[in-house]
Amino acid sequence: MRRMTWFNATSLTLGFAFLYLPMVILVIYSFNESKLVTVWAGFSTKWYGELLRNEAFLDAAWVTVQVAVASSTIATVLGTMAAYVLVRAGRFHGRTLFSGMIYAPLVMPEVITGLSLLLLFIGIGLDRGILTIILAHTTFSMCYVSVVVSSRLVGFDRSLEEAALDLGCTPFESFRLVTLPIIAPAVISGWLLAFTLSLDDLVIASFTAGPSATTLPIKIFSAVRLGVSPEINALSTIMIAIVTVGVITASVISKRATLMQQRDEQAAARTA
Amino acid sequence: MRRLVLISVPYLWLLALFLIPFLIVLKISLSDTALAIPPYLPTLDLSEGWVGIKAFFAELDFENFRFLTEDDLYWKAYLSSLQIAAISTLLTLLVGYPIAYGMAMAPDQWRPTLMMLVILPFWTSFLIRVYSWMGILSSEGVLNQFLSWIGLIDQPLTILNTNTAVYIGIVYTYLPFMILPIYATLEKLDGSLLEAAEDLGCSRLSAFWLVTIPLSKQGIIAGCFLVFIPVIGEFVIPSLLGGSGTLMIGKVLWEEFFNNRDWPVASAVAVLLLLILIIPIILFQRNEQKQREREG
Repeated sequence: MRRMTWFNATSLTLGFAFLYLPMVILVIYSFNESKLVTVWAGFSTKWYGELLRNEAFLDAAWVTVQVAVASSTIATVLGTMAAYVLVRAGRFHGRTLFSGMIYAPLVMPEVITGLSLLLLFIGIGLDRGILTIILAHTTFSMCYVSVVVSSRLVGFDRSLEEAALDLGCTPFESFRLVTLPIIAPAVISGWLLAFTLSLDDLVIASFTAGPSATTLPIKIFSAVRLGVSPEINALSTIMIAIVTVGVITASVISKRATLMQQRDEQAAARTA
Repeated sequence: MRRLVLISVPYLWLLALFLIPFLIVLKISLSDTALAIPPYLPTLDLSEGWVGIKAFFAELDFENFRFLTEDDLYWKAYLSSLQIAAISTLLTLLVGYPIAYGMAMAPDQWRPTLMMLVILPFWTSFLIRVYSWMGILSSEGVLNQFLSWIGLIDQPLTILNTNTAVYIGIVYTYLPFMILPIYATLEKLDGSLLEAAEDLGCSRLSAFWLVTIPLSKQGIIAGCFLVFIPVIGEFVIPSLLGGSGTLMIGKVLWEEFFNNRDWPVASAVAVLLLLILIIPIILFQRNEQKQREREG
C-alpha cells in the first residue's frame, strides 16, 4: 500500500534537507572571498588557488592516494581469499577463530585498532611511515571486502564451478574463468569500499603514521581543530565533487551492466 | 596444498596484524609505566628462556585497572559515553524512522534515487561531514545568523563545543545506518495487513502503532545497534564538536596515549572499552541470527 501523504513528503524533504544542507553550505562558503568563513564577501575561487600552492596539503594528498591504492588492492586480494575460505573451504582447524577475526575488526573501535597496531609496530621495531599505514588499512579493510564478497559467494550457483571442473578446468582455472567473472561486481565494490575507508580514516592513520608520512585526514584534522578555515572548505568541496561523480558513474555503469545482462539472458532464452 | 595456501595467507595476516596486536595491548595493560623506551615494564626477554617468561608473568598485575576504578574521570567517561550513545541512538531513530517510512511509501520509480541519496553521504568523508557542522553551529555561524535574521534570538546561542553539538553530529553522521535497515524491513511490509487493520476499524495512527511498528521491529533493533556500538568508541565527533565538558572514552584513550604518554593506562582503557562493547555486540549478533533463521 503506497501512500505519498503530505506527512511522508514532508519527512522526506526535511530528512534530505538535513542530510544535504550542511554540505551545500560548506561548498557555498568555499567560494567566499572573506577569510572569515561566516561573513559573505563575494564570490571568489582564491582559496582553491591557495590550496594548490599549499605544499603540505599536496604532499599529504599524494601519501593518502598511495596508501589507499596499495591498501585497497592488497585488501581486495586478501579479503576475496578470506571470503572464499569462509564460504567454500568447509571445515578446518581454527575456522571459528578465523571467522571471528574477520568480523571482530568491523565492530572494533578505531582507537583500539590503532593503538594495538601501533604497539605492535613499536614492539617489532618497524619505523612508522607509509608502510605501516598501508599494513593497518589493509587489515581492517580486508574484513569489509570479505563480508561484501562472501555475501555474493553465498548466493552463487555452485554447479557452474562443478561443470567447469568436469570439463577439465583446474581449480584455479575454474576460479579465474567462472567464479571471478560472476563475483566481479562484489570484488569491485569491495575494492571501492576499501579505497574510501582508507581515504577517510583519521584515527587508525594517526596512530600508525610517523613524522615521515602524514595523510590528508590527519592534516585536515589538525587544521580544523583550530577552527573553520576557507581552505579546508575548498578541499572538502573537491573531495565531495570527486565522490559524487564517482558514485554516480559507478551506479550508471552497474545499471547498464544489469540491463545488458538481462538483454543477453532474454536473447539466450529466445534462441534456446 | 593449494587449499592450505588459500587458508593460511589471510589467516596468518589476521593473526599477525589483528590478534597479536590485541594480545600486546592486553599485556601492556597489565604492565607498569616506566620512564624508558618503550615506556612500560616488564618487557618479555626470551633469551633467558623459561625463567625469563616466568619472571615476566610474575610482574604483571591489575594495578592499571585498579587505577581506573579509583580515578573517577574514567568512570564518568565510560558512563557518559554510554549515556551519549543511548540518547543519540534514540534521537537518530526518531529522525531516521520517518525518513525510512517515507522512502518505503514513495513511488517505485523514486526509490533507487532515494536509496542513492541516503548512501551518498556515507561515501563522503566522515571528517568533512563532522567539520561541516562547525561552520553552522559556531556562535557567528550560519544557524545563529539565520535565527537572529528571522528575529528569534538577540544573543547568539552557544551550541558548538557542547553536548548538543555532539548529539547533532552523531545523528547526522550515523543517520544512514539507521535508515537503511529500517527501510529494508518496511519495504517488505505487506500493505494488505494495514488495509485489513483499517477495515477492522483501526485508525491510521493505531494501525501504524499496532501493525507497522511491530513488523519493522527487526530493522529498528538492527539500526539501533549499528548506531549505538560505534558511537561508544567515537573520537572525531566529541573532539571537534564537543567541549571540555564532553567526556567520551575514545577521546580519553586518545589523550591518555598522545598527551600523557601513559601507554599502560591507555591500554587498560582500551581493554575495558572492549569489555563494555561485548554485551551489545553479542546481542546484535543474536538479533541478526534470529532474523536470518526467520527468513531462511
